[in-house]
Amino acid sequence: MAVEKLFKDEATEEKGERARMASFVGAMAIADLVKTTLGPKGMDKILQSTGRGRSVTVTNDGATILKSLHIDNPAAIVLVDISKVQDDEVGDGTTSVVVLAGELLREAEKLVNAKIHPMTIISGYRMAAECARSALLEKVVDNKQDAEKFKSDLMKIAMTTLSSKILSQDKEHFAKLAVDAVMRLKGSTNLEAIQIIKKPGGSLKDSFLDEGFILDKKIGIGQPKRIENAKILVANTAMDTDKVKIYGARVRVDSMSKVAEIEGAEKEKMREKVQKIISHGINCFVNRQLIYNFPEELFADAGVLAIEHADFDGIERLALVTGGEIASTFDNPESVKLGHCNLIEEIMIGEDKLIHFSGCEMGQACTIVLRGASSHVLDEADRSLHDALCVLSQTVNDSRVLLGGGWPEMVMAKAVDELARKTPGKKSHAIEAFSRALLAIPTIIADNAGLDSAELVSQLRAEHHKEGSTAGIDVISGSVGDMAELGISEAFKVKQAVLLSATEAAEMILRVDEIITCAPRRREDRM
Amino acid sequence: MALAFDEFGRPFIIIKEQESKTRLRGLDAQKANIAAGKAVARILRTSLGPKGMDKMLQSPDGDVTITNDGATILEQMDVDNQIAKLMVELSRSQDYEIGDGTTGVVVMAGALLEQAQRLLERGIHPIRIAEGYEMGSRIAYEHLEHIAQKFEFDATNIQPLIQTCMTTLSSKIVNRCKCSLAEIAVKAVLAVADLERRDLNLDLIKVEGKVGGKLEDTELIYGIIVDKDMSHPQMPKEIQDAKIAILTCPFEPPKPKTKHKVDIDTVEKFQTLRQQEQKYFDDMVQKCKDVGATLVICQWGFDDEANHLLMHRNLPAVRWVGGVELELIAIATGGRIVPRFQELTPEKLGRAGLVREKAFGTTKDRMIYIEHCANSRAVTIFIRGGNKMMIEETKRSIHDALCVARNLIRNNSIVYGGGSAEISCSVAVEAAADKYPGVEQYAIRAFADALDSVPMALAENSGLQPIETLSAVKSQQIKENNPCCGIDCNDVGTNDMCEQNVFETLIGKQQQILLATQVVKMILKIDDVISPSDY
Repeated sequence: MAVEKLFKDEATEEKGERARMASFVGAMAIADLVKTTLGPKGMDKILQSTGRGRSVTVTNDGATILKSLHIDNPAAIVLVDISKVQDDEVGDGTTSVVVLAGELLREAEKLVNAKIHPMTIISGYRMAAECARSALLEKVVDNKQDAEKFKSDLMKIAMTTLSSKILSQDKEHFAKLAVDAVMRLKGSTNLEAIQIIKKPGGSLKDSFLDEGFILDKKIGIGQPKRIENAKILVANTAMDTDKVKIYGARVRVDSMSKVAEIEGAEKEKMREKVQKIISHGINCFVNRQLIYNFPEELFADAGVLAIEHADFDGIERLALVTGGEIASTFDNPESVKLGHCNLIEEIMIGEDKLIHFSGCEMGQACTIVLRGASSHVLDEADRSLHDALCVLSQTVNDSRVLLGGGWPEMVMAKAVDELARKTPGKKSHAIEAFSRALLAIPTIIADNAGLDSAELVSQLRAEHHKEGSTAGIDVISGSVGDMAELGISEAFKVKQAVLLSATEAAEMILRVDEIITCAPRRREDRM
Repeated sequence: MALAFDEFGRPFIIIKEQESKTRLRGLDAQKANIAAGKAVARILRTSLGPKGMDKMLQSPDGDVTITNDGATILEQMDVDNQIAKLMVELSRSQDYEIGDGTTGVVVMAGALLEQAQRLLERGIHPIRIAEGYEMGSRIAYEHLEHIAQKFEFDATNIQPLIQTCMTTLSSKIVNRCKCSLAEIAVKAVLAVADLERRDLNLDLIKVEGKVGGKLEDTELIYGIIVDKDMSHPQMPKEIQDAKIAILTCPFEPPKPKTKHKVDIDTVEKFQTLRQQEQKYFDDMVQKCKDVGATLVICQWGFDDEANHLLMHRNLPAVRWVGGVELELIAIATGGRIVPRFQELTPEKLGRAGLVREKAFGTTKDRMIYIEHCANSRAVTIFIRGGNKMMIEETKRSIHDALCVARNLIRNNSIVYGGGSAEISCSVAVEAAADKYPGVEQYAIRAFADALDSVPMALAENSGLQPIETLSAVKSQQIKENNPCCGIDCNDVGTNDMCEQNVFETLIGKQQQILLATQVVKMILKIDDVISPSDY
């Protein structure tokens, strides 16, 4: 006797083959979607939001594309999630990880159709992933000791990362920018200290790295526009009406004159506060919150530069750069640490006036000013540069480097193939499939560049049969080239993360044999 | 429909709005219920054992969960059927009571229902079946105790405990590094366990997860991790030998609960109020400083001014720490939670050897580690993994492993896994059945058959021939009189679970049989289902 209804209305259940098929199809669809963006000749996507304004984004960053998709297929959600994690963890390789997971599932589907149990496939994949990882580990180069070489490694990595992005035309310029910025961090991965300011106008080439700090704010009227040898107080305090914070306090008066008196007292209080601030011996005051006209005027009178409404990140950075502390009370001028810099001046970029702090005490932070034709270009340039910065900052910590251009995939595929030959049992099919999935990445890179992928990949494989080969795909000339000579490198950390999370995700999806979808929550009508 | 009539021939109205309700009675009701219960069991059946598959569940909000934990699957399924809900409850109570074996208990109940259906078709009264099942379960329960083995471990020899946790973990997606995870779970449990009293509080083990890294990076921290950062960006990121003030009062001006108003009508009052306010902030910070605290952990937020004052006085602080975490910190550091600044005393401060802030990945994720605490009886398991679903599933798996370890500390009897215990019980119940006269004998035999279904499902999921394998193992058990023979799921080559080191806890198994029997009895006793029809 069949049960009529086990689940609630609209809840659906898919079992066995159907469930597996649904997740394979979903995962592969996602992988195919981002596939064309892979590699130096990958294409971009236009994303239009459904919200108000229909804002448009042009990008080829895998994580950005996937983040903005509305996805219903649960397996696809898993892939989107790994791409997001890859973005948070290492910043680059967000497309590769999805493509690799998709290829692993595509191979798995064939095996499942050949009546191999998913669990067997999983155990094969696991062995293969471990083997691939150790193959990479054997080949890594670590130039941490040699500062000169290390820097050139970083340059190479930055160029490789940027070459697949919109910045590829000026990749040398930007690679230099990114490397300089990251080297200033001296090993910390705190990318907050690198500020990116986007100003439309000019061309991408006009972008530059500024050693100091640029605050996107205006200087108050009537205040000095240029201060040498500045002492800066960075503050987070209310400079509008300094409210009494004691709960329940309110003003109750019985005559107009008293109102005036209280108002006077309020003014007096503000004046005192300003006086206290000035008595720190400063000539520049930066506040996170608003500064009303009255205190601003007082500052102007004292010849102090007052900057209001700097956002929180800006304040934090400024404090970091100038070496001051963020103050909220001003009673002990002697113990508050002030920030210092040699010169504050107003500069013009395009049409906008910005405040420039140069010659700061702590050289950690810096600002990258991006110029470009339109806001879309700038946004994409920002994302690309961010990717490069992330990768570089991670590489500074883990300085192991690999060659790029499909070289790591070939190395892994070779090792995995050898493992397959040695392994008895059904697992060997899965291991072989793993190596095929790895080979798919150079194939896609070649395909996207409009090259004969089958020819190139087989040539590459023949090259790699020799011990210690450095051959990879040279997309520019369309042939097999020497990656070491061409200077194409990738960070080991990125490759490892791609390999491990793609395998993990594929494993997860393979283990599923049933999908239960709950009824979508009804949106309450707000009519 | 049977109606009752009064002496004038008018029907009594027994159920309100009778026409608009659907009603199932008698054998039909029982059959429908059994079918529903079986349907639930069928969903879980493929998740059983080390080669069991996972289920993907999409919640009403579109979030995806991938798991093979029975309790989680059932809880997240949108079940509407009443009987199916009973099965969900069953799995949940196993989860609360034991924490592991949530899939097994449902599969067991499903098998019992299936057997019951056959007996019903033969015309045996459901109550007699229920009674037979009850007897069967008692026999199995006693038999389990009989075959169980005591199992020695102590704080230095934890290997046996790890083995048992590994059995639990081997059916999960984390089986790749089950060894290290099992070790982490056991060490965590031993750290908080009271071996004298043979008890422990699992609340003392905090399981925290963060995406990124890989599963192998999962670690056990003898201390607490809080997913927060220092309130002021320039506060020190590392504090040695911290003395921690744990506060539940905000660094803000007081807000009395009773309604009040402070009236300002003169300039003097305005000024005194202002001074008082400043003094208030100053006092708060000073009080913390006076008792010698070097770190303030607060449940509430800080005012900007207070924040700066703290920073200024070199007193690092963490704000918006949740209540549960606050308690854990208090336990770990041996401090007291202080609700008012006035009550701060040096004795109430907690102590920790090292407090540090650690950043992850490329985003601004930071966490605060509180380590080397005065009282190491609170630990944190920090899970890393490739994606969110992986972390969630690992959390559930670790929870299962922790529960198993706890059960072993409470009661160190084990039975062998791999279906061997069920097969052994089945043999015992079958043999005992013949002694009972009457209809119950059939029910007891059916119970024995139902017990076979768990090893059968195990074999099926492992890709073995279920009937062949089961009968081979059964005959081996009887021939060698060895209750350790089970299904060889991992193709190791031996049937002896003792050699394979596959253990399960005795109480877990016993509870499974008891709970499953109880629910089935309840379902069998239902002979009338009245449900409001759709409106």
